[in-house]
Amino acid sequence: MIRDQEFLRDIASYCIENSKKLGATDVGVKVIHSVSENVSFRNKKLDESNRADSFAVNLTTYIEKKKSSINSSDLSKSNLEKLIERCIDATKITPSDENNSLPDKDLMSKEIRDLNLYDETHYPNDKKIEFLKNVEETASTDEKIVNTEAGFTENKNNFILANSNGFLGGYKTSNFSSSCVAVSRINGAMERDYEFGSTRFLEDMMEPEEIGKIAADKAIKKLGPKKIKSEKIGVIFDKRISKGILSTLASAISASAIARGTSFLKDQINSEVFPNSINIIDDPKIEKGLGSQNFDSEGVETNSLKLVENGILKNYLIDTYYGKKLNLKSNGRSGGTTNLYFENGTLSFKDLLNSEKKFLYITETIGHGGNIITGDYSVGASGFMVEDGELTYPVSEITIAGNFKEMFKNITLANDLEMKYSTNAPTLLINQMTVAGK
Amino acid sequence: MSNFFKETDIDTSQAEAIVTETLKNCDDGELYLENQKSESIVLDDNKIKSSTYNSDQGYGFRAVTGEVVAYSHSNDISKESLRKSSDNLKDTLKSKKGTYNREIPKTNNKYYENINPIESKTFDSKIDLLNSVNNYLRSKGSIVNQVTANFLGEHKSIEIIRSDNQVLKDDRPLVRFNVSVVLEKDGKKETGVYGVGGRQSYDDYLKDGSWKDVCDEAFRIANVNLESKPAPAGEMKVVLGPGWPAILIHEAIGHGLEGDFNRKKTSAFHNLMGQQVASEGVTIVDDGTLHQRRGSLTIDDEGTPTENTVLIENGILKNYMQDRLNARLMGTKSTGSGRRESYKHVVLPRMRNTMMLSGKYSQDEMISSVDKGIFAVSFGGGQVDITSGKFVFNCTEAYEINNGKIGSPIKGATLIGDGPSILKEVSLVGNDMKLDPGIGTCGKAGQGVPVGVAQPSILINKMTVGGTKL
Repeated sequence: MIRDQEFLRDIASYCIENSKKLGATDVGVKVIHSVSENVSFRNKKLDESNRADSFAVNLTTYIEKKKSSINSSDLSKSNLEKLIERCIDATKITPSDENNSLPDKDLMSKEIRDLNLYDETHYPNDKKIEFLKNVEETASTDEKIVNTEAGFTENKNNFILANSNGFLGGYKTSNFSSSCVAVSRINGAMERDYEFGSTRFLEDMMEPEEIGKIAADKAIKKLGPKKIKSEKIGVIFDKRISKGILSTLASAISASAIARGTSFLKDQINSEVFPNSINIIDDPKIEKGLGSQNFDSEGVETNSLKLVENGILKNYLIDTYYGKKLNLKSNGRSGGTTNLYFENGTLSFKDLLNSEKKFLYITETIGHGGNIITGDYSVGASGFMVEDGELTYPVSEITIAGNFKEMFKNITLANDLEMKYSTNAPTLLINQMTVAGK
Repeated sequence: MSNFFKETDIDTSQAEAIVTETLKNCDDGELYLENQKSESIVLDDNKIKSSTYNSDQGYGFRAVTGEVVAYSHSNDISKESLRKSSDNLKDTLKSKKGTYNREIPKTNNKYYENINPIESKTFDSKIDLLNSVNNYLRSKGSIVNQVTANFLGEHKSIEIIRSDNQVLKDDRPLVRFNVSVVLEKDGKKETGVYGVGGRQSYDDYLKDGSWKDVCDEAFRIANVNLESKPAPAGEMKVVLGPGWPAILIHEAIGHGLEGDFNRKKTSAFHNLMGQQVASEGVTIVDDGTLHQRRGSLTIDDEGTPTENTVLIENGILKNYMQDRLNARLMGTKSTGSGRRESYKHVVLPRMRNTMMLSGKYSQDEMISSVDKGIFAVSFGGGQVDITSGKFVFNCTEAYEINNGKIGSPIKGATLIGDGPSILKEVSLVGNDMKLDPGIGTCGKAGQGVPVGVAQPSILINKMTVGGTKL
C-alpha cells in the first residue's frame, strides 16, 4: 500500500523544523514513497517476479548562501536526526555561492490541479501473468522467432515537496508499462527488436497481442542485414529514435549548459536554429501525460513553453540557480523538460519516404556519440534502405555522423506524431548525413 | 553478530529462521542486507556546486527455483516487512519444488581493506583540493574556459544470510576522483576528461601532488582536441593504445560471454564454446582478485569468492562468466561473477576486471605497418547489441595514421564492429599491457556496477570509423 500524504508531510515537517533548530536559514525537502511490482516472462514461462517498496528523503539545508544536501532511505527519526546534524555541519564549512537560494516565493506553484496522473487500480500478478502469456503467444507464432521475453511493471508513487518558505505540495502518480523483446534467427545469425507501452492508466495500455506482434515483426524484418558503402545520404529517423533529437536540444538549452558556456547553442536565443516550419513545445499540463507535473523539482509553477517557434529558439530551460547566473527567472524547468514534442509536420509518412529516390531509414542507434559542447554527432546505427518509397533491405554495422547545428537546419517532419512517451517526435528526415560503412 | 538488526524489532536468529523457512522448497536464494554510505562533492564554474551525503540501507530477499527468480526488496528492515516479502516469494513459487544447494566456497583472501574513504579524509581538505585543482588548471592560461572536479566516495557493507544460517560478509571501499576541463581557442571548444580511483582511500591516488597529473592529462587531451580535424568515414586499420581502450574487449566480447545470455541462447557466442573466436595470440581473462582495483571483489554479491576466470586462451573460447543461477542451469560452477548494483536489484552475471594479456609486439611496429588508418588512445563510453554482436565505442583522443606515421588528431568519432569477428581481425598484440586508471562503470539491465579493463596496444585489420569525411 502506498503511504498517504499525511505520513510524508509529517516527515517533511520534522526535517524542516529540526534543520532550522540546528541553524539552517533555509530548507528544502522531498519525501517519496514508491511501490513497484514487476513480473517477467521468458519463452512463455515465468522468469522473475520483483516487488519493491522504497522510501527516500532528499534534504537540502542552507545557511545564508552556503548549501549542502543529504539523501537517505531510512525514515526513522533517530536516523534523520543524525543525518540532519551531518548536513548542517557540512553546510557550515561549504564555501558560499551568491546564487544559492530557494526559489522566489512569487514563482511557487499556488494550486494543484488534478492532471489525472493516478490510477488506483491494482493489477494483481495473476493478471499480469495472463497478459504476458498473450504477449508471448503472439510474439512467438512465426518459427523464425527463437526467443521471447516480456515484462509488466506496475508502479505507484506518492511524494511531498516542501520548503521553509511555506511551500508544501505533492500528489500520487501511477505508471503501468509492458514490453516484449523478440529474437529472430536465420542461418545462424540473430537479430533482436522490441515494443513497449507505458501509461498512467491501466485502461490505456496497448493490447498484449499488439505488443507481441510488433516486437516479432520488427525482429523478423531485421534479419539478413547488409553493410552498405560509405556515402552522404538523406537519413530518416524512425519515431522510436527521432525523439532523441529533442533530448539533445533539451540538454543544449538547459540553463546550466548555457551559463557554463558548454553548449553548441550558446548565444543562439532568438536566432533561427531550425527551419521556419518547426515548432517545439514543452507542456507540463497534459492530462494523463507521462511527463506531466504541477510544479518542478523546486516547487516552481510550470506552464506550457514554446521552446522553438517558427524555427527560432525562444526559451531556455531554467531553474533557480542557473537562472540567477543568467539573470533570468526560473520557468519551472528544474529537473528538465516535461511533455516535450515537435508540432506535427505536413508530409505524410509515405510522402516523406517518396520525397527522394533513396534514403537510409534508421530504426535504432547505439552508443553515446553526441557532444553537446561542439555539436558533433557520431553513433552506430541499423535500419533499412529506402528505394522509391519502399523499405528494400535491412542495414547494420554502420555509423551516421554530422553536427547538430547543421542537422537541426536540415530537418523535415512527417505528420505522424503520437504521444507515446514523455518526449515525442514524428518521423523525421535529416538531409545529408555521412554514413560510414564498407 | 549482525549490525543490521540492531535498531529493529527483529534479531539475527529470527531473520535466519524466516530465511530458512522461506527457502525450504527452493533451489537457491538468500537474504541480502546492505548498508551504503556515499558522498559526492563537486566543484564547477569556480564554485563548490554541490556537496551531498547519501545513506541507504535495505534488504533484498531472493528465492530461486528452476529458472524462476522471485525477489522482494525494501528499506524497512522489520519483522513485518520481512514476513511480507517472504509471503510474496512463497506465493510466486507456490507451484514449484526445488532442493536447496547449500554448497558455497569459502575464502580467507581479502583484496581490499575495510576503510571508510569518506571519513578518512576531512571535508575541509577535500574542498581545499578541489579549489587547488581549479586554480592549477586556470593558471594554465585564458584558454581554460571551464573546470569541473569531483570526489565520489562510498563504503558499502553487505551481509548475505543463506538457508541454514550460513552468513557471509564483505566491506567495500570505493573512490573516484575526476577532472574535466573545457578549453576555448579561436571560437572552438573542446573537452578533456581524466580520472583515477579504486578500492582505497582518496589520498592513495592523490598524494605527493599526483592530483596534478590528473589535471595535466585532462588538459593535454582537451588541447589535442583543439587541433583536431574531421575524422574519416569508412573501413580502415585501427591501432588501439594500451589501458582504457580495452572497453573494446568489454563491449565486443565481454558482455557476450556473460552466462545469462548464453543460457538463454541470445548471445552471438552461445554456440562457440571451445571454438576459435580470436587470433591465436589473444588471451582474455576476467579477474576479480586484483588488489584494490575498481572491479575487484573479495566475494561476489551471492557470497561466492571471486577468481581469475580465463575467457579466451590463445584464441579459443574457454569459459563464460557465471552467477549461481546460470551456472546451475548450465551444469557448471559460479565463477564469482554474480553482482548487483544494490539491494534493490537482482543478481546478474557481470564482468569484474576484464583484461587482454600482453603479446610480443611493440606499438611502434604496429603503427609503422599501417598505410592508412587511425590510432585511438582514449575513449568515452561504449555499447553492444548482444544478439547481433554489433558494438560501438566513442574515441575521445585519436589520430590519423598515414604511411606508418602518426598524423593530425581527429574529432571524436564512433567506431563500430562485430563482436564475434572483431577478435579474428586482431593481427598484432602488443607487449605493453596496462590497467585503466579506475573509472569504469558498466551498465546492464538498468544496473551500474564498477568494473576495470586492461589491454596492451593492438592492431585491428579492419574496423568501421564513423567520421564525417569521405
